[in-house]
Amino acid sequence: MSAVAESNYYERRGLLGALGRDGLLQIILIANTIIMLAPIVIMVFSAFKSTSQIFQSPFSIPDFTQVGNFVKIWTETNFVRYLLNSFVVTGASMALILTLGTMAAYAIGRYRFTGSAFILMFFLAGLTLPLKLAIIPLFMLMRDLSILNNQLSLIFVYTAMGLPTTVFIMTGFIRTLPSELEDAARMDGASEARIMWSIMLPLVRPAMVIAGIQNVVPIWNDFFFPLVFIQNDNLKTLPQGLTTFMGEYTTDWGVLFSGLTLSAAPIIIIYIILSKQFIAGMTSGAVK
Amino acid sequence: MAQLLLRGIKKRFKTTEVLHGIDLEIGDREFVVFVGPSGCGKSTLLRLIAGLDPISDGQFFLNGKLMNDVAPSRRGIAMVFQSYALYPHMDVYENMAFGARLMGLDKAEVERRIAEAVRMLRLGELLKRRPRELSGGQRQRVAIGRALVRKPDVFLLDEPLSNLDAALRSDVRLEIARLHREIGGTMIYVTHDQVEAMTLADKIVVMNEGRIEQVGSPRALYETPANTFVGTFIGSPRMSLVTVTREGTRLGIADGGSLPIDTKLDARALKLGMRPDAVSLHRGQGGEGFHAQVVYTEYLGDNAYVYVRLADGTLLSARTAPNDDFAPDERVSVTLAPGTAHFFSAEDGRRLVP
Repeated sequence: MSAVAESNYYERRGLLGALGRDGLLQIILIANTIIMLAPIVIMVFSAFKSTSQIFQSPFSIPDFTQVGNFVKIWTETNFVRYLLNSFVVTGASMALILTLGTMAAYAIGRYRFTGSAFILMFFLAGLTLPLKLAIIPLFMLMRDLSILNNQLSLIFVYTAMGLPTTVFIMTGFIRTLPSELEDAARMDGASEARIMWSIMLPLVRPAMVIAGIQNVVPIWNDFFFPLVFIQNDNLKTLPQGLTTFMGEYTTDWGVLFSGLTLSAAPIIIIYIILSKQFIAGMTSGAVK
Repeated sequence: MAQLLLRGIKKRFKTTEVLHGIDLEIGDREFVVFVGPSGCGKSTLLRLIAGLDPISDGQFFLNGKLMNDVAPSRRGIAMVFQSYALYPHMDVYENMAFGARLMGLDKAEVERRIAEAVRMLRLGELLKRRPRELSGGQRQRVAIGRALVRKPDVFLLDEPLSNLDAALRSDVRLEIARLHREIGGTMIYVTHDQVEAMTLADKIVVMNEGRIEQVGSPRALYETPANTFVGTFIGSPRMSLVTVTREGTRLGIADGGSLPIDTKLDARALKLGMRPDAVSLHRGQGGEGFHAQVVYTEYLGDNAYVYVRLADGTLLSARTAPNDDFAPDERVSVTLAPGTAHFFSAEDGRRLVP
């Protein structure tokens, strides 16, 4: 009898303890969400306000029918041009990063050859280098290649920047795939290229999504390299272009915020679409 | 038509040699089982035949053609893997169609072959499912189906039952035997389970430490094992081996009694192999036989196995009737049915003909 009571007692305390722990966790997570979302919410709110409204009541909920700022930025500025440039630069860089990174990781992960460990270390060394320190030599390099003021300069730098993380993530993931699958495909008569394309790549898609998101955000938001390499207004990317709205004496904050909102939107949408795969990729790596 | 000829096959990984010269002939439509303890090289040999690993030394002929440097898919061989190795992102139909399409077959032929495999293996309702939605036995059938669709001359099966639970295992075993009768190809089957080997094989290849110990029919291996390794590996419970000395027409264990056995062998020291079904136990130690003490009894319903320890410490198993009750530590004497003794050389374990 006493044993039963005792076990009940412990159970109760366990329940309370769990509640306390989970409750605390909830509170921390909710607080974190608020802290993370607040700037974004204020950015979106401000996009629907005029400059004077922003300064009078920065936190008030705006009239969402008032889309003047968006119309203005879309029609009266170079915004669409910048948006397009950002798409071109980010898209080309991501295509290169994922293609080259996956191929490199596949070779390192699946084939045994002398120097494979060195090549992996070489890529990983790239993780430790702050690329921005090399800005002056890079500038001279781009000048000598005569691709200054050309989007190619950005694409090259971003590709080099993205490869280390991509190779790192993908190599680890590709190595976990069972080699019997490869053997089975080889027995079925698949060539090496087909084994990679039809059998292995579909299985590493979660890792590709992780590597993609890991790289697309900093590239899309990068301000530094366009600032150094690009002077022509028609070639500027979004983060760089948006600064032209900040005048020396007056700034139309409403228009600027609507520009920021529009420029953040694609990344947020990509994130939402891929988040399921992203989480699947993270956990499948963990369980394996 | 498929005849395989292996001549002096060796396999080295870096400097370690894992196969030390395998010579083997496999005839058309034979069901051959490679059996041996883990690490004996049986799976390695299978991978060499498949072409997944290069042969370090020796020659492999298929239908008289040298296959050493032929790509796996061009050898006319299909393989069923231990882990099934189904493509996880394809449904059952696609899994089977993948290899067939790569053979360059037209669409109608691919469909016809898949339909045939589906009928043989009863996969009908599973075609649209992904491998992860299938049970172990179903996955196994799909893996076999994938091999069937390629219509190979030779099927290789690498421990295909080891991931199934015991009840399913005997079902799938029957299935594989039926399949072999139906399609009539040559099958090479790798297992470490001698029961699978005995029940399925036309010919068993017993391997140990990278060498073939004996090749023969299940009956030949059971009745005339070539050496102590084969003797103890084939049969369950295993054959017991006792070192005996011959005195006249009697074989004795030091201080442990003796048996009258007529042999023409001259060797004084011998290894005597006794199968559990040939051994009889008698209560008390007055009469004929080796002296022993009961250790424990395994009761199996239709019969029972009694394990006894002989005077020299050897553990020996004896099959008894299920209602013969032997208490632990009871003193018994052991006799052997006439004509059932196996004799092996005390030095190298080779079989000696009495």
